[in-house]
Amino acid sequence: MPNFILHRLKDMIPTLFGVSLLAFILIRLIPGDPAMLLLGERGADPEVYQAMRKSMGLDQPKPVQYLNFLKNAVQGDLGRSIVSKKSVTREFFDRFPATVELGLCALIFAIILGIPFGIIASVKRNSFFDYFLMGTSLVGYSMPIFWWGLILIIIFSVHLGITPVSGRINVIFDVQTITGFYLIDTLINPELIEEEGFAPFFSAVRHLILPSIAMGTIPLAVIARMTRSSMLEVLNQDYMRTAKAKGLSLMRQVLVHALRNAFIPIITVIGLMLGSLVTGAILTETIFSWPGIGKWLVASILALDYPVIQGGLLFIAFMIVTINLTVDFLYVLINPQLRK
Amino acid sequence: MEDAIRATYKRHPLLEFFRSLKKNFGAMAGMILIIFFVLLAIVAPLVAPHDPTILFEDALRLPPIFSEGGTSKFLLGTDDVGRDTLSRLIFGARVSMTVGFSVVFLSATIGSFLGLLAGYLGGKTEWFIMRAVDILMAFPSVLLAMVVVSIMGPGLMNAIVAVAVVATPGFIRIVRAEAISQKSKEYVMAAHSLGASPARIMFREVFPNCTAPLIVQISLGFSDGILNVAALGFLGLGAQAPTPEWGTMLADARAFISSDPWMVTLPGLCILVVVLGFNLFGDGLRDALDPRLKGV
Repeated sequence: MPNFILHRLKDMIPTLFGVSLLAFILIRLIPGDPAMLLLGERGADPEVYQAMRKSMGLDQPKPVQYLNFLKNAVQGDLGRSIVSKKSVTREFFDRFPATVELGLCALIFAIILGIPFGIIASVKRNSFFDYFLMGTSLVGYSMPIFWWGLILIIIFSVHLGITPVSGRINVIFDVQTITGFYLIDTLINPELIEEEGFAPFFSAVRHLILPSIAMGTIPLAVIARMTRSSMLEVLNQDYMRTAKAKGLSLMRQVLVHALRNAFIPIITVIGLMLGSLVTGAILTETIFSWPGIGKWLVASILALDYPVIQGGLLFIAFMIVTINLTVDFLYVLINPQLRK
Repeated sequence: MEDAIRATYKRHPLLEFFRSLKKNFGAMAGMILIIFFVLLAIVAPLVAPHDPTILFEDALRLPPIFSEGGTSKFLLGTDDVGRDTLSRLIFGARVSMTVGFSVVFLSATIGSFLGLLAGYLGGKTEWFIMRAVDILMAFPSVLLAMVVVSIMGPGLMNAIVAVAVVATPGFIRIVRAEAISQKSKEYVMAAHSLGASPARIMFREVFPNCTAPLIVQISLGFSDGILNVAALGFLGLGAQAPTPEWGTMLADARAFISSDPWMVTLPGLCILVVVLGFNLFGDGLRDALDPRLKGV
């Protein structure tokens, strides 16, 4: 394993500690008293209040509280939500598949369109296509997605009436959660298929279209721009001239010889985007009432549900740190120059 | 002969830079958009037909003039409590430009300072600053900004501070990378051997040579800042009524999405155009400042 990965692993540990400490401190800076909030109306009785603080560990000194939080977090216990009274970990994993399903669809949408756009722009460099595609990409890149989602709703749901406005699936279908991904759950349940046929599946697909477009627009623009610049660099290489001199078709030159070599920066940029997809999820899920992590966190922040905010921050930061490390690792794997 | 003279005569780098920028269509388009919105922000009270906070109770949710039922008194219609949309959009430019400038000013100042320290001093200082950067970057920007706002309370000022906090790591990384590459250059060694203090070398020698990527990041920082503060406004954590902020206007208009779609369309379009302007300009700047990309 190259040194650089070892270095990254070594730096990751203090980062994760820092992340947990920051989540812990931020939550304690939010004005208000969690014990009071949890007690609600009954909070007036001082004895009950003191007992509550004690049971929540709030009577301990702050460093002890932090160590307890860390100890519990490592064991997967992030406390209970003030609003729903359910375990934060449980709530997180209940909603996680919805966000992953949406995120994957958005990413697939972005990749399927972004890479061809970038290729066309680079091959037809400085043509009308190039200017048009790159101009459109920059518009996509500048898009306020909370507005874009609403515009999509106005066009496709309000005017054309072809897509639903919100949610994951039509409420008339009772889908049992098996994997948590509705696209899969609607297909692998024999009873549901017998009763409803493929209607639930298509309902899930239709619900996914607009949120995926909204969430995938910025990644699409980033991928298209990265593909173009990465392809341009490759297209100038000597071996491309050789490929052309050998009489290979343009298709073969581009897809086999150029794209393969242009892929490394494209994959890197896709990997690094996974983190910013979470920001996309927060806004997209809020607009489309998508029952995932993003909408849950927004609601928790507005309701000052401390344990959920703290746990959610920790989960997401942990996820992003891990994803970034994996991207670095893959980068070394696919780039022979870094393999030693 | 003339060619030979021209070849030996080197233009001032700044002039060279402007020439390069002028040839870039995107950058010029971006600059025109930015200038337009800056001017609009300055002269807002002169060009806005109405006070953006006045409620015209007899004119609720009027459509724009080009739509059926619109009147010339309210060119772009009114919102749900009867405020003139055009005036609010014009004053919104003022809010957005202030937001962009404040976010960039805060994050670029603090970010450059810490980035210089990290890059030039290296060692433990660098390790601590870069771990702080890693930690901040482990949180999605809007999420972290939302938590910071909920600590300080919702409002435009607090949203600006929160977004500036989130934007700072980007500046730190860019200035640090540039400072590291400048550190080993001869002019730094020369200054060092002349007995210049580290502080003097950092701020008077190294920093001016870090400005090229910094300027690009500043332009892109404007667009990120405006976008993030508008997102906070949209989520109810940014500017509060009656401040004419585009993101907040969008949030208020959401309830009328099927009955009055133009109420949703206009504020978002303004955000998009401003952000696009800064991105176009930033892209052009990068091409003009980075010789490696020239002509690509």
